[in-house]
Amino acid sequence: MLKRSNAFFGLVSAFALSSALPGLAKADELTLCWAAWDPANALVELSKDFTAKTGTQMKFEFVPWTSYADRFLNELNSHGKLCDLIIGDSQWIGGAAENGHYVKLNDFFDKEGIKMDDFVPATVVGYSEWPKNSPNYWALPAMGDVVGWTYRKDWFERPELQKEFKEKYGWDLAAPKTYDQLKQIAEFFQKREIDGKTVYGASIYTERGSEGITMGVTNVLYDWGFQYDNPKKPYEMEGFVNSADAVEGLEFYKALYDCCTPPGSSNIYMVEAADAFKSGQVAMQMNFAFTWPGLYKDEKVGGDKIGFFPNPAEKEHFAQLGGQGISVVSYSDKQDAALQYIKWFAQPDVQAKWWQLGGYSCLKSVVNAPDFASSQPYAQAFLDSMAMVKDFWAEPSYASLLQAMQKRVHNYVVAGNGTAQEALDGLVKDWTEVFEDDGKI
Amino acid sequence: MSGRTRRLLLWIAARIGKRTGSPDVSYPQSSGDALTISPTSIVDSAAAATARATPTALARRVRGLSDRAIAWVFIAPAIILLLAINIFPLVWAIYLSFTNYRANRPNAVVETVGIRNYARVLTDPDIWQAMQTTAHFVFWTILLQTVIGFMLAYLIDRKFRGHAFWTTIILIPMMLSPAVVGNFWRFLYEPQIGLFAYAVSLVSGIPTSEIRMLGDVSLAPWAIIIVDTWMWTPYVMLICLAGLRSIPDYIYEAAEVDRASAWRQFWSITVPMALPFIMLAVLFRGIENFKMFDMVTLLTGGGPGSITEVASITLKRAAFESWATGRASAFAIILFVAVFGLANIYVKALNKVKQR
Repeated sequence: MLKRSNAFFGLVSAFALSSALPGLAKADELTLCWAAWDPANALVELSKDFTAKTGTQMKFEFVPWTSYADRFLNELNSHGKLCDLIIGDSQWIGGAAENGHYVKLNDFFDKEGIKMDDFVPATVVGYSEWPKNSPNYWALPAMGDVVGWTYRKDWFERPELQKEFKEKYGWDLAAPKTYDQLKQIAEFFQKREIDGKTVYGASIYTERGSEGITMGVTNVLYDWGFQYDNPKKPYEMEGFVNSADAVEGLEFYKALYDCCTPPGSSNIYMVEAADAFKSGQVAMQMNFAFTWPGLYKDEKVGGDKIGFFPNPAEKEHFAQLGGQGISVVSYSDKQDAALQYIKWFAQPDVQAKWWQLGGYSCLKSVVNAPDFASSQPYAQAFLDSMAMVKDFWAEPSYASLLQAMQKRVHNYVVAGNGTAQEALDGLVKDWTEVFEDDGKI
Repeated sequence: MSGRTRRLLLWIAARIGKRTGSPDVSYPQSSGDALTISPTSIVDSAAAATARATPTALARRVRGLSDRAIAWVFIAPAIILLLAINIFPLVWAIYLSFTNYRANRPNAVVETVGIRNYARVLTDPDIWQAMQTTAHFVFWTILLQTVIGFMLAYLIDRKFRGHAFWTTIILIPMMLSPAVVGNFWRFLYEPQIGLFAYAVSLVSGIPTSEIRMLGDVSLAPWAIIIVDTWMWTPYVMLICLAGLRSIPDYIYEAAEVDRASAWRQFWSITVPMALPFIMLAVLFRGIENFKMFDMVTLLTGGGPGSITEVASITLKRAAFESWATGRASAFAIILFVAVFGLANIYVKALNKVKQR
């Protein structure tokens, strides 16, 4: 008996030894986690200056958008040490703050003289604060982003199309100011023959699996008067989420999907929308502002052929916020070095270069600079958009809330089941259940 | 190397040999089977080699053990791994299913909630919808794959010129990763540039822009069935082929002598004798498709609406997006019991068929 247990101990300790030798932490290397997209490449470029200045090597872990939340929320929940710095999505902030995934930055900001007043207010609320509208900071606004629109300026400027449009609708063909105008333009271009190719009105978000259709439909819902809850009584949603105005807005989104999108638009998000635009299929495209620098550089549809406009108005005027702040992961062994990176990143000249390279800086001194609006053709649309942003729930349970909205909205808009009223009533029911589970109501 | 160690290991080998019974040589030895090595000689030479390689100290230690103990030592690593990787998580999931535990709220108090999770899962209309979607998917994929797979196997079994080449061609879809299949079928189904829509349009005359396989509520469930059938029919074919090849020729010869028609031969010999194999294929495909996830996620993400949201997508969303770990565990246990129960009944039936 004794002999046998000796043998076992030998075996067990051998296993223990082999798993107890992690790579020794090197303080001169930091890993930054983000999504795999154009701005990330710009950040790699920008970070070379940091390495040159401090000697700290930067490693990057970029994951495609569709699995970005899955991958990194798993990492954080399992207290993983992969990321020292993370640029996490704006909706994660509640959960990351309450569960202690991020290091609270207030003391660090005070010590280093980094003032949140220097950043665009909407981005501070959206990317840094939890609870919202309280001075508790968990991230530094890193990448401003917002849903806006691009359009084919070259098509809009054709005299024969302008003439025909004016005759049909009675106003001059130009970037739309309201959603009703947008729909008229989309109808005008739908299935039109341009240069021997059939083109379509607009590409809008309809993706089912992650967050696509929610990020699209909210732009319309906000404009029609949808609110997440009673401004005076938090979490009271009846009559705000499913108000008559909100129902009308949802019906509009479905009408837009039915009348004016290219065939096969049932699962569209950022990449697919950009592809539809690049391939010359659509006259207008809904997409996050981060795609604009890339589209502007595109040889086929960029340059003179592309124009940008902020989300149109209706009864109200809002746009869906995207973008992220940069945070220090509390499970990292190299928090001090990570904080140094944030300190470096917050400097005005670094932020100015960030904008030049294709990132969207949130620093006031960059975006309010006199030559900012003329620095890029999309700068004005970005500025106008950032002034009217609204974000989805950032509660710790945001994922459950998002799932419910994806399901209800997709079921009505794309699958065509039930009515808009039923969809939003169902949404109120689902959201109420989530908040009841959380003990918030 | 001491003679004693050698003797000891020979003794162990002999004991093991005795336990497993005399070597099985009852299988038919075909002529020209020159490579057959006597199993006894393998045991002998292996024992001798092991004996030479065993250090004296270890050999001395092993000597005091009973047969039973030695047997345990040999299977212990496998049992420990099985316990750690399969049994423990199962038991843990059963425990979690009775709690309100959420994996992303490490600081929250974990409370026992009784059978509330189960009640909630079983009364949730969305989950029943997902189960119906899964049932529809499993039923039609199995039906189509079995019928087409068996037909292909029957044809390949004719051993025409180049049948090996065609077998390889048919097997290619099965060798691809489901992620690859999901992604490229998305392009094939694409109404404007997709080959599938183009081909259907060519035959039927319907304009390609109307063929929205993934966006239309009535077509999407069939779109995923088509892809799964395309990918996995070769697998069913392979198993059926093994079944057909296992039927001895002399039975057909006897039937021929009795002047049984080809039709009669097919239904009285081919189908009954290949049936255990067909049933095995159905079992494998059934279990696999019951937990279908990757391909459907890539094709439709569960949409449009929730029309193609199979049970494992619902489960993944509850477990790893909502992080409702307790409720997701209850759902997982219910799915496990369902699959396990059905599979058990099915295996009983399979054994009955085999005994015939």
